[in-house]
Amino acid sequence: MNRLHKPGLLRQKLIRRSVLLGAVQGVLVFGLGVQMHRIMAGQNRFFRLLAEENRLNIRLIPPVRGLVFDRLGQPVAYNGPNYKIDMVREQAKNPETVLRRLQTLVPISDEDIATALEKMQKYRGFVPITVAQNLDWQHIAAVSINSPALPGITTELGHHRIYPQAKDFAHIVGYVGPVSDHDFKNRNDDDPLLLIPQFQIGKTGVERRIDVPLRGKAGVEQIEVNSIGRVMRVLKREEPDPGANVQLTIDNRLQAYAFERLGNESGSAVVMDLRNGDLVALVSAPTFDPNKFVHGISVTDWTEINENKYKPMLNKAITGTYPPGSTYKMVTALAALRHGIVDKGTSHRCNGFVEVFGRRFHCWNRRGHGRVALHTSLKESCDVYYYKVSQELGIERMSAMARELGLGVSHELDLPAVRSGLVPTKSWKKETHDRNWVVGDTINASIGQGFVLSSPVQLAVMTARIATGTKISPRLINAIDNRPQPVKGREPINIEPDHLETVRKAMWAVVNERGGTAGGSRLHRRDVEMAGKTGTSQVRYITREERERGVFRNEDLPWERRDHALFIGYAPADSPRFAVSVVVEHGGSGSKKAAPVARDILQKALNLAPDMNYRTVPNRKTAERASEKA
Amino acid sequence: MSYFEHDVRTVPTGISKVLYLNWPLALLLLALALTGFLMLYSVAGGDIDHWAVPHIIRFTTGFAIMLVVAFIPLDFWCKISPIAYLVGLVMLLAVPYAGVSRGGAQRWLDLGFSTLQPSELMKIGVVMVLAFYYDGLDERRVSRPFWVLLPIMLILLPTILVLQQPDLGTAILIMAGGAVVMFVAGVSWWYFVAVTLGITLLLTGVFASRGTEYQLLEDYQYKRIETFLDPGSDPLGSGYHITQSKIALGSGGITGRGFMQGTQHMLDFLPEKHTDFIFTTLGEEFGFVGGITLLVLYSLIMTFCFASALTNRDRFGTLLAIGVSTTFFFYFAVNISMVMGLVPVVGVPLPLVSYGGSAMLALMVAFGLVQSAHIHRPR
Repeated sequence: MNRLHKPGLLRQKLIRRSVLLGAVQGVLVFGLGVQMHRIMAGQNRFFRLLAEENRLNIRLIPPVRGLVFDRLGQPVAYNGPNYKIDMVREQAKNPETVLRRLQTLVPISDEDIATALEKMQKYRGFVPITVAQNLDWQHIAAVSINSPALPGITTELGHHRIYPQAKDFAHIVGYVGPVSDHDFKNRNDDDPLLLIPQFQIGKTGVERRIDVPLRGKAGVEQIEVNSIGRVMRVLKREEPDPGANVQLTIDNRLQAYAFERLGNESGSAVVMDLRNGDLVALVSAPTFDPNKFVHGISVTDWTEINENKYKPMLNKAITGTYPPGSTYKMVTALAALRHGIVDKGTSHRCNGFVEVFGRRFHCWNRRGHGRVALHTSLKESCDVYYYKVSQELGIERMSAMARELGLGVSHELDLPAVRSGLVPTKSWKKETHDRNWVVGDTINASIGQGFVLSSPVQLAVMTARIATGTKISPRLINAIDNRPQPVKGREPINIEPDHLETVRKAMWAVVNERGGTAGGSRLHRRDVEMAGKTGTSQVRYITREERERGVFRNEDLPWERRDHALFIGYAPADSPRFAVSVVVEHGGSGSKKAAPVARDILQKALNLAPDMNYRTVPNRKTAERASEKA
Repeated sequence: MSYFEHDVRTVPTGISKVLYLNWPLALLLLALALTGFLMLYSVAGGDIDHWAVPHIIRFTTGFAIMLVVAFIPLDFWCKISPIAYLVGLVMLLAVPYAGVSRGGAQRWLDLGFSTLQPSELMKIGVVMVLAFYYDGLDERRVSRPFWVLLPIMLILLPTILVLQQPDLGTAILIMAGGAVVMFVAGVSWWYFVAVTLGITLLLTGVFASRGTEYQLLEDYQYKRIETFLDPGSDPLGSGYHITQSKIALGSGGITGRGFMQGTQHMLDFLPEKHTDFIFTTLGEEFGFVGGITLLVLYSLIMTFCFASALTNRDRFGTLLAIGVSTTFFFYFAVNISMVMGLVPVVGVPLPLVSYGGSAMLALMVAFGLVQSAHIHRPR
């Protein structure tokens, strides 16, 4: 075969086209060179920066959460060791075999194994997956000894929150839980710690309100990672700053006693130290176990709590608002005294009811009290006296007094959901109900019914202000990291001391004079006397029919419609030290249900008083040691 | 023209063929393989046995094969061209049945002692068979429709088989290599214009139909095409590789960070760092200077191949050399463009630098053919 080209057109064409092809290729290579120069020389700085970012990563080290103590230095929230077992898939050749082996040493269920295996498939091979947690030291020891047979298994020591008093402090301290998407969106908080998965933040109570100081400051670790996130080495490490320790004003002994005394009732008790406003007990019953929430509550537990008609999750002492009933009569009395509508001697006649514009307002005593002066009206809790006085007094002057005494205003406590209750005014009714104020509203309000609502804490503050004659305010946090929190309201209240004295005397009579409504609840100690006032507040409207049929015995009604039983008081009557308020929800009569509870709690407080001084608590530097000791 | 003796009238025989070898070309190939050795050593983090030594062993074997191929008279290669093509085709057909899968694509044949990628060999097979075809074809028939359709079939058959593996990069290289041989062989311009127009119209039609009731493809297929053409729209998927490789190149600067000093590849940021993306390591460690040097090396190889082809009066030899060198050009041009984000990511290695046996073998056989054409050219 002749392999030579015949000279001719085709040969020329071939040369021509080859040269063209070569030229095109040359141009393209030149283009590549230009682009190379653009990326490598032109944008060099930009890309080099990107390369650095790629390589370095910042990892946060979570700080140890601050501790919470009561006034006696008893820890009520601390961090316990949490022994965990982690597994790294790529180190265990056969994860399932290793987990089966682990099962013989540590209590883990088949279900746990299945979940762990599933999780491992989701993450890259070097990511440690928690297989079991909250283990005993014995289990950890067993795993450590057998570690050669358990490739990929490591034991880790973490922290978890423990509430040793469990139920007694549930409403005050609250609990922590992992950051949720909801928390993340709803907080104006750019703390990087929140980005740590499963990071524990306060969900309710003090844990939530002073979450930021309790949390502490994150430590930082600068690490070198590759593109799949594996840590190659640690470049720099800055230790975290543990959270601040908090001391409450609560006395754990009194708190526990108050819970015990309330028993199975649904209600609340508040005890205030009159020297500085310290809340030494703040109880809401029934309660719940906050420890159950820390690791995620089980469905059964949650249903039980959620469907309980006594609402255990609610802090009734600050969030529950009730018609104060007869405990409000001091407000009406003091307002009437201030504006000269009554004085000590003024008396009114009680026939068991008054009729205003054709509507009858009944006294609790249907036979009537006869002629009553201010002293008797409080002692025997005559309603008609206040019906008559209030018509002249008017709602505005009454409500102004209520606010001075601490009702209808929100008190600053480091707790979420502190409610301000309600002290009505004419403009308030117009705005919210679009109706004009009528005399009947004033009459109802004069005995703490109708629109008036107040929380147990507010009632305690009112009692404290009457007892001390100062603008005393409640205090829940004594110190944060040994920095004392201020005491507010030492200045005298703007009420004539004479008027206060009149009311105090009447309150003393309620308990200590014949015919007083709380006559059965005197203190057991001879040397000390208590003063107080009962209250029985209706939650329903008694119809004329019912009244005629005589069906208003509380016991015959369903629980939700029974009256609330209330009592407020202070002791010792001559030199007040503690104020108390007790509300028993739907408990019936204030004198029978609330007064004995309040009496016992006051008695206990007085007995504990000599030993109620603050003990110093460790500050944050020693936090870790304290938690280990505990 | 020998590089040692001028004006030789006879075709060299026996051992003396060694002297007539295109030595500059052979040395340039060696330079490339050594570059690959260095880069693979660095990519493995200083582990010489991981990729670097196997690479150089493969090159040595390939070099020996090249010499053997080069010393066999070109006439032989011309005659067995159709057979080589058919063998390649059969192997391609066998891949779906007897092949080995890696990374979601079935491209490899297990030969017992090693695996082989028939699609790589087919790049050469197509160039050979077309050179053979146009060598024997009467010059008056070159642009006749039937005689144009025939080579098109020869190109499309393996292309479709490769596309099914799927391996878009190799398919493009096969088509481009074949088209170039047809172009140089003198097929009328009009065919190329027509094909280009046809493809453009088809693509326009496919995209124009989108959203209408005559839509030709499924929605997800459009999306896939979009991310393929514009990887930036999918920064965590295919765009991720391009971003990382640009970061590596860009951080190299003019002179680079120095040998073994690159951080990107050390930390596994680079995908396919020892195969398709090895150029990024070179860019990061030797910078713009290194990149341009490599480009110059490639250009020199092209120049020597073209020079040899154009001075060769043997039609088969010329077409073969042009076809092989252009295929080679497509290899490195597509690879470098891809790494710099100029074209979509298709699996094309950096010739003789990337780690990979089949491509190396195919290329060394191809250069063996070029050498054979050079040695046995009519004088």
